[in-house]
Amino acid sequence: MASDPPAQVVAGGWHFFSAQEAALVEAIVDRIIPADELSMGGKEAGCAVYIDRQLMGAFGVSSRLYTQGPFLPGLPTQGYQGEANPAQRYRTGLAAIDAFLKQRDGKTFVELASAEQDAFLTAMEAGKVDLPNGVKGPGFFGLLLQNTMEGFFADPVYGGNKDMVSWRMLGFPGARYDYRDHVSKHNQPYPQPPVSIIGRPEWLGKGA
Amino acid sequence: MTKILPRKDVVIVGLGWTGSILAHELTDQGLDVVAIERGPWRDTATDFNIGYAQDELRYSIRRDLFLQPTVETMTVRNDPSQKALPMRDFGSFLPGNGVGGAGVHWNGHTWRFWDSDFQIKTNLTKKYGASRIADLQVEDWGVTGAEMEPYYDQFEYLAGISGKAGNIKGHLQEGGNPFEDPRSRDYPNPPMQMTYAPTLFAEVGRSIGLHPFPTPSANMSRAYVNPLGIAMGQCTYCGFCERFGCANYSKSSAQTTVLPVLMKKSNFEVRTDSEVLHVDLAPGGKSARGVTYVDTSGEEYFQPADLVLLCAYGLHNARLMMLSGIGKIYDPGSGEGTVGRNYCYQTNAGVQVFFDDKNFNPFIAAGALGQTIDDYNGDAFDHGALDFVGGAGINCIPTNGRPIGTRPTLPGTPKWGSAWKKATVEGYRSTLGYSSQGSSYATRNNYLDLDPTYKDRFGRPLMRMTFDFPDNDIRMSNYVCDRMEEIAKALGGKQYAVGRRKKGWDSVPYQSTHNTGGAIMGTDPKKSAVNTFLQSWDVPNVFVIGASAFPQNAGKNPTGTVGALAFRAADAIRNQYLRNPGAPLVQA
Repeated sequence: MASDPPAQVVAGGWHFFSAQEAALVEAIVDRIIPADELSMGGKEAGCAVYIDRQLMGAFGVSSRLYTQGPFLPGLPTQGYQGEANPAQRYRTGLAAIDAFLKQRDGKTFVELASAEQDAFLTAMEAGKVDLPNGVKGPGFFGLLLQNTMEGFFADPVYGGNKDMVSWRMLGFPGARYDYRDHVSKHNQPYPQPPVSIIGRPEWLGKGA
Repeated sequence: MTKILPRKDVVIVGLGWTGSILAHELTDQGLDVVAIERGPWRDTATDFNIGYAQDELRYSIRRDLFLQPTVETMTVRNDPSQKALPMRDFGSFLPGNGVGGAGVHWNGHTWRFWDSDFQIKTNLTKKYGASRIADLQVEDWGVTGAEMEPYYDQFEYLAGISGKAGNIKGHLQEGGNPFEDPRSRDYPNPPMQMTYAPTLFAEVGRSIGLHPFPTPSANMSRAYVNPLGIAMGQCTYCGFCERFGCANYSKSSAQTTVLPVLMKKSNFEVRTDSEVLHVDLAPGGKSARGVTYVDTSGEEYFQPADLVLLCAYGLHNARLMMLSGIGKIYDPGSGEGTVGRNYCYQTNAGVQVFFDDKNFNPFIAAGALGQTIDDYNGDAFDHGALDFVGGAGINCIPTNGRPIGTRPTLPGTPKWGSAWKKATVEGYRSTLGYSSQGSSYATRNNYLDLDPTYKDRFGRPLMRMTFDFPDNDIRMSNYVCDRMEEIAKALGGKQYAVGRRKKGWDSVPYQSTHNTGGAIMGTDPKKSAVNTFLQSWDVPNVFVIGASAFPQNAGKNPTGTVGALAFRAADAIRNQYLRNPGAPLVQA
């Protein structure tokens, strides 16, 4: 319902991914958003947990989208025309990545060094690897990239953006609702720290 | 088995801006009115809850408040030689759903079109010759700017628009838009407080001889009580406006300006979660008997009524006419038929200017808070030596700093990895963006009809949209982009990037929910679907109200004109139609 509050995603266990899939997704989100001096990496920020929970919901099964056939190939300007929903695309796409790498390198993605992982993802993004089972590299990479960014920048209530890490990195104050006292303070930094829909980390566990 | 309901004076399809205005006006006239709304009931306290309205993922990315494609979508293609395929997800535009319609989640830019927009064919032919518009299908609206003025005024006061007049009764006003038509009085509220980016944009624009002014805004610059006695609160510049409901009663919508009064009336009723399947016509097809609709349990109802008002989103108005057999569907081959004719859009482009030493605090924002330059809009400038007609408003209206969607980076930045992250942090607070919102002029091959292949959930054909940007509009947009580059150079950042509009309309990235035409107004029943009071030429007890009536689109947001047309239609029904119900107000 549009009027219901969001439910807090609790980390721990995987609802959609198998353990092997989860390890692969955690490795990928950690290359898309690597840990460096600006922030923690995508894995620690919870991006894989975010994606796991999204794939179990309306997004995963495309329940809001138009899913009637016939499914015909179209122009890029006509948008995604495939029959598979995101949950199915992850299942086949992740399997295809490891099948491809095992055949090429004798290793899974998780077993590669960071630089090798980056090189593979770059080639996949550019359509330069031939993934098995008809998986289109650029399309699946685009889905991974979109969902990783969503998890990193969305409200922490959805399982990613741990401790509002991305918001602090950018200087985005989050779910605040009144900036009237700062509108005309041009070119001056906003002084308040971010706040989430569920409050601030130091509040947690102190309510009823 | 269809259940037959008791007769009503008026049945309204869709309870958004136009449905609410018509319902309010006609219940004031004493008529018994029912509105049938496909989506759910929505109100501020329950649905735009201040505790969690600021949720970018839910409302902006997953689009909780919008029409879902599973309920209704349409097929798209660029030209008649292509096979149209369904928009499986909406992208380029996002139609609304539920009580309040798209008026719930708009930004609030509230414009008046000019007399030169309304009398466009006459004006352009006189100034530049008929050959200049030979490859376009532009049409006069059949009304003048002066005739529309009182209705614009009525809508702006209902909605509490914040702005600065540029021309009151022919007297130019310092700080307003010098290119606007005369208005009878100033806006009901003063302009909003300006953030840094539009302030700098206006200063620089003025320094190179342009005429910036505060964008007219449906975000309240101060607390306001409208003529219906409904109170609104001051905007708090939260930056969660477009795609969101306002939790603060600060953005005009049916919820904040009409419904609190309308819902109390004993002669008004709304049935939500109920989709109208078609208008039922009497034998012979010259008059409507009512509408057939289905509720969420699947039960089908026939609602008889003397007067039927189509007040859905403009595209859905056109489809309902096609599905009901009201008027003849347009055929681009023969040029005959009126329903689906003159579908137009908006021809937009954008500029980003990157700075090292500035902090724009992009999250302090409102949907319509900014500055506009109209020097190159419509026919405000001479096109004599140019190779196009039309123009664009240049808008610096930074609506938000929501970080899933708003992360400007220098051209050439990778999309991921450490270099991406560094560029993202550098660009977030120090980038100034502005854009051109350009006119969209009709051509023979841009149109709407019914798709031969794809069906909706009830097995009815989806609408098919055939559209590409006309060459004229691309030339216009490039000309305005050149002017925007001049502003970028004067702003003096370290670098700028121009995103120009290209042929091959792409249905995927968001561009604008300003879809116009398909049931256009006019004085010639061979070229228009409705007369100048928005009454169907073919079925006179049906009125079709919305941007579906625009013969082509100007370089401005449509809602102000949609609201004014709604008040004008209401006036015509109250003061002319009801004297002789069922008769045409204009003889064909």
